[in-house]
Amino acid sequence: MDSPFGLLAELTYSCPLSCPYCSNPLNLAGYRDELTTAEWQRVLTDAQELGVLQCHLSGGEPLLRRDLVQIVNSANELGLYTNLVTSALGLSRRRAEQLRAAGLDHVQISIQADEPVDSDRIAGTPSFERKIEAARVVKELGWPLTVNVVLHRQNIDKVAEILGLAEELEADRLELANTQYYGWAWRNRDALLPSTAQLERAETVVRAARLRLEGRMDVIYVLPDYYSRYPKPCMGGWGKRQLTVAPNGDVLPCPAAQALPLPRASVRENSLAWIWADSPLFRRFRGTDWMPDPCRSCDRREIDFGGCRCQAFQLTGDAARTDPVCHLSPDHGIVTEAVQAANEGERPDDGALVPRPHRGRAV
Amino acid sequence: MSTSVPSSSRPRLARHVRLAFDRAREQHVLLRPESVLVLNGTGADILRLCDGQRTVAEIEQELRGRYNRVVDDEVQHFLARLAAKRCVVISDG
Repeated sequence: MDSPFGLLAELTYSCPLSCPYCSNPLNLAGYRDELTTAEWQRVLTDAQELGVLQCHLSGGEPLLRRDLVQIVNSANELGLYTNLVTSALGLSRRRAEQLRAAGLDHVQISIQADEPVDSDRIAGTPSFERKIEAARVVKELGWPLTVNVVLHRQNIDKVAEILGLAEELEADRLELANTQYYGWAWRNRDALLPSTAQLERAETVVRAARLRLEGRMDVIYVLPDYYSRYPKPCMGGWGKRQLTVAPNGDVLPCPAAQALPLPRASVRENSLAWIWADSPLFRRFRGTDWMPDPCRSCDRREIDFGGCRCQAFQLTGDAARTDPVCHLSPDHGIVTEAVQAANEGERPDDGALVPRPHRGRAV
Repeated sequence: MSTSVPSSSRPRLARHVRLAFDRAREQHVLLRPESVLVLNGTGADILRLCDGQRTVAEIEQELRGRYNRVVDDEVQHFLARLAAKRCVVISDG
């Protein structure tokens, strides 16, 4: 068994934005009983002992935790590399300076589009100008900056303008992440899934930009998996490299796995070490023994690990099946149909979106 | 992209990376925002000397003394590779 490299610490599901592609679970109210500062500090200590080197502080919006500076400080004292994944709402200069002093290593700011009208519409709240301001503060304080933009049918045609914005902000990295269909994104899939023509245009722009920006800005392009021949190697293997701790202390092999019909594991009931090594949840899909055909006899079984368990469950009702994204999956027709529908002429590029509720936290 | 590493330049670690020793796996690593680069002992030694003060020539000299062998090509290639990955900043003079 390997030990984990990364901890995704989802500090709260509360968020000032209401992005329709959010991957947080649909039952946000079930996560209001959040871990305390001391409980998070214990999680960080236990994670470090397990082998974790990197800690991604995420949510929801992690800045809504009043103890964020304390949590960063603890992670830093343990020697963990800390990465704040934020909407940037609440990242005032003062808060940023406190986080810098606490040892925060890296900041990733999400932006929803290249300009305020679309960005604010998708985010569900006026936020674009504040994000830009916060991104400038990040650079002024000497932090490395990653800009993250989730791509979908309603913004992918503006990828050149998005690249231009990231360049203007002097981002060190730009993540262009095609939407993955979990949580709220799954509910909004039809309005978010781009067409083949949209993707081809975007990919041409991204390839040219990568060459132009080489050595100045890393451009990471997360593939749209519905359009891939093979599935994504979910989390680099189930219970192999990463673990997620949800706001209420649930521990998961990946942030989408709370939807699976598997026994829960919580840091409030068991040690992180036991959960990682021995819990039924983490053992369920570890390795290759659980695989059905065609994965079991496939040369790629150690490359993509059968794809994403959550996607298999969502599309087929059985988490132990091959990810239907794979062209070898007996269920691949489900994905082909969704892609076909996204390519039919009459589907609009500004279809109605169900917003994720703003707050999952009792005020 | 090939990056040239002049002997007079003073390399330093990029802001977004951190050099660490991974106790669980007993290996030297370079931590980056979304990934971990595993280093061998020489790589870790080179990076520890990249303080923005020492020149490449000084780093080579230091390691020659330490290892009792010529390491110049190794140092230059290693730094060029890490500079291309934007883990190391090579500044002149």
